[in-house]
Amino acid sequence: MIKVNNLNKNFGKLHVLKGIDNFIKKGEVVVVIGPSGSGKSTFLRCLNLLDEPTSGSIIFEGIDITSKGTDINKLRQKMGMVFQQFNLFPHLTILENITLAPKKLKKMSKEEANEMAYKLLDRVGLRDKANDYPNSLSGGQKQRIAIVRALAMSPDVMLFDEPTSALDPEMVGEVLEVMKDLARNGMTMVVVTHEMGFAKEVGDRVLFMDNGIIAEEGTPDELFNHSKNERTKNFLSKVLA
Amino acid sequence: MDFAFLTKYGGFFITGLKFTLLLSITSAFFGLIIGSVLAFMKMSKSKILKLLSTAYIEFIRGTPLLVQLYIIYLTFPIDLNKVNAGIVALAINSAAYVAEIIRSGIEGIDDGQMEASRSLGMNKFMSMRYIIAPQGLKNVLPVLGNEFIAIIKESSLISVIGVTELMYNTTNVRTIIYRDVEPLAIAALLYFIVTFTISKLLVRLERRLNVSDKSK
Repeated sequence: MIKVNNLNKNFGKLHVLKGIDNFIKKGEVVVVIGPSGSGKSTFLRCLNLLDEPTSGSIIFEGIDITSKGTDINKLRQKMGMVFQQFNLFPHLTILENITLAPKKLKKMSKEEANEMAYKLLDRVGLRDKANDYPNSLSGGQKQRIAIVRALAMSPDVMLFDEPTSALDPEMVGEVLEVMKDLARNGMTMVVVTHEMGFAKEVGDRVLFMDNGIIAEEGTPDELFNHSKNERTKNFLSKVLA
Repeated sequence: MDFAFLTKYGGFFITGLKFTLLLSITSAFFGLIIGSVLAFMKMSKSKILKLLSTAYIEFIRGTPLLVQLYIIYLTFPIDLNKVNAGIVALAINSAAYVAEIIRSGIEGIDDGQMEASRSLGMNKFMSMRYIIAPQGLKNVLPVLGNEFIAIIKESSLISVIGVTELMYNTTNVRTIIYRDVEPLAIAALLYFIVTFTISKLLVRLERRLNVSDKSK
């Protein structure tokens, strides 16, 4: 579904991604872990071109999204993204947050869009918040809405950029529950996270990034229990301690 | 004080006030349009557009409105009548200030808003239109309102080229009746009623727009 070839990204003199290669299959849950500054968020943000790669290519559903002629807006509709800081639109109600893009981009009628939004809200247990504004919600609720907002475009893949890192500890669970539910239903997901429990339980494949490269990859069991890489072991011993 | 002259010359003030409002509203409208264009030029990636916009803003803000007014009225090759010259001068002047207000409003919005909007597949224009602009505008509404009030007050300068706005007509009445205090007091009162009303209306509008900020 997504094929990444020799992806490089420079921010000025800083070489953040140094030749990333990977292939993400349909229905796969790929969890990206690694120390801060290792390039994992940049990698994720390159996948939908929020950060533009310096070189290399990204093939999404057979289309090279890095080539000049590609309509990235069209492709982004198929790639949902969830941010660490939620980034809900504060001037719109929850319902409007969810339905704006489907109405404007998919020409959905208001009734259709609302019906779909309510279905998704039911799925995350937040139907009663439909007419509230984001600022009246807790962090966990905001992030669940952010997930719903991305799902409303019926994307083929969901990208999560540290979705629980800005949350109070007691709210992490409710967001992970929603993500697990998505994974169970076959959604293709790329998740940058520090939640090792989630990686072990839900991940099909774990990428350990360090210093701009994928230092090691494998099943959760391979990485967490039988790592062959010193840096992986070192990192895991620190975060799991 | 004797306000008996009002029965005979009250009309001067009414006419004057009408012209003052006409000048202010029209030039505020055009100032807002030109100012928005300048703001987007200044935020664009193009160095030339940036430079043009910055030069315009700095020049206009660094020279007196009175000088700008005379330049436009006396030296422009196109023959503008007095009212139009006044409107053009005020609009050009106000645009420079509006540009900076709008730019600050848009730049004050968190980058995450644009990213979230783009990540949903909305293009730059749609993101501006539906996400950034409404929030930015709300943030700068009080400042834009103050700018409008400033235009109303500054429009009194247009009297020097003979537009029969409030200040010009006040001078007329003063010279007719040989008194200063009463006509000036009336002019000041009229300006104040207009600006005070507008600032009160703005407060109410702001409160209505702020519903989304309130937690329940």
